[in-house]
Amino acid sequence: MVIDKIKKRIEYEEDSTEKEHRSDIPVGMWVKCSKCKEILYKDDLHKNYSICPNCGNHFRLSSRRRVDQIIDKGTFEEFDLNVTTDNPLHMDDYVKKLETLREKTGLDEAVKCGIGNINSEKVVLCVMDSNFMMGSMGKVVGEKIAYSIEKAIELKLPVIIFCASGGARMQEGIVSLMQMAKTSAAVKKLHKEGLLYISVLTDPTYGGVTASFASLGDIILAEPNAMIGFAGPRVIKQTIGQDLPEGFQTAEFLLEHGFVDKVVNRKDMKETLYKLLILSK
Amino acid sequence: MRRLAKVTAWERVKIAREADRPTALDYIENIFDEFIELHGDRYFKDDKSIVCGLGNIGKQNYTIIGEQKGRNTKENIERNFGMPNPEAYRKALRFMKQSEKFGRPVITFIDTKGAYPGLGAEERGQGEAIARNLMEMSDLKVPIIAIVIGEGSSGGALAIGVGDRVLMLENAVYSILSPEGYASILWKDSTRAEEAAEKMKLTAKDLLDLGVIDEVLKEPNGNAKTDIVKMSETIKKKIVALTKELQGIDVDELVEKRYNKFRNM
Repeated sequence: MVIDKIKKRIEYEEDSTEKEHRSDIPVGMWVKCSKCKEILYKDDLHKNYSICPNCGNHFRLSSRRRVDQIIDKGTFEEFDLNVTTDNPLHMDDYVKKLETLREKTGLDEAVKCGIGNINSEKVVLCVMDSNFMMGSMGKVVGEKIAYSIEKAIELKLPVIIFCASGGARMQEGIVSLMQMAKTSAAVKKLHKEGLLYISVLTDPTYGGVTASFASLGDIILAEPNAMIGFAGPRVIKQTIGQDLPEGFQTAEFLLEHGFVDKVVNRKDMKETLYKLLILSK
Repeated sequence: MRRLAKVTAWERVKIAREADRPTALDYIENIFDEFIELHGDRYFKDDKSIVCGLGNIGKQNYTIIGEQKGRNTKENIERNFGMPNPEAYRKALRFMKQSEKFGRPVITFIDTKGAYPGLGAEERGQGEAIARNLMEMSDLKVPIIAIVIGEGSSGGALAIGVGDRVLMLENAVYSILSPEGYASILWKDSTRAEEAAEKMKLTAKDLLDLGVIDEVLKEPNGNAKTDIVKMSETIKKKIVALTKELQGIDVDELVEKRYNKFRNM
């Protein structure tokens, strides 16, 4: 719902080559921090978990890099789900856009799901990717999340979902809205089975994802400075007719208001998840 | 039927938004023999954009939840133009969980432009409130019948819409957000709302074809406001019939069927 505005927020995104063309920086090697404007050598940035060494800004992360950071090397097995959108609103340009994105990003959709180990603890992991239509949730995303949760129930495994989404996918209309009910219902089944669900909110988590599985974890973690909310800042600003307070809808704001258990630096994320897995056994 | 076919999606949007379109309380008063409104979410306050209470039709008791727009400016301000804050959803959830205790079927009336996008709503977890309702409704151990009577917009509508049966009045609309918002996001031009409305598949007929809803209820003379009593009678008959049908299903099976209904969307 807030896709366009969020896109503007980060001018230079780590994995988006398209955006780098707009700067006068040599393509591919350098990247500018959206927060402190420091020019960073990409390799250094990646070695630092894609956190700006100058100001601590957490760059948005591709699902591939996220899996590498969280899952023990060589243990991730992605679910092989052959689902496609029905294109319920019959939008021709939507299908074309999906095809182009698949080629460009190497992703099949806005979430990557599978099974892997965290310090030898087996988990079902879903990672949303803001590089794919701003991580928006249409039928395929809803289906993959629900499938992953059902698989976790079958295998009696905990579930960890890294959320990153502008919200429900407009191009699929009401069908996208229904994915909220589908995924929330799947989470309920997981809870009833007594299995752990950790939701990790990363920049950005909004709209229909916030209003469904993202907010339903036994434990909800967030990355520093991540923007998280239901309605987008522009919509709220328009509605109330005044500027929003400093720090509104940040991870820290949610922590303060009691909707996040802990804000965790990316460098500590794997160990934190591991500890929570052990302590929830 | 020819007359109906001529009504465009945008015209239905306009009918659904008419200031004198019957509201949840108008129907509740006509459908139920008794109705007692009860208030508050027990955490923060009583949000009047959703009304909750107990009622009956004959010997059958119900838990009744309705998104309530104002019928005049004063009431609209009081009811925040039918746009719920988190406490409204939490109030609704409190009554849904209570219905479980007493085995009362739940009837919800959906009519909102959406969940309220305000500062306080975000501070108090609008997303969490909606999410929790979706999750708990999916597993509620009593029959749930949801009826879209006017505008059903966004998660704000779905938050009381996870029903065993979802019905829509003929001119009601149900969508991911308003046509204006949709046009603004997809085409960066909110003036193309009419075009968006035609594309979005938001009419009762479209949603029936998509399998998102189960039934369309015909409006008297093509507009419910022309005869509220007759419209209420239609809804009442449907509620009575569906209650009987859903109560005939074993509760675990009912819940499993509800899960699969949304699982397959």
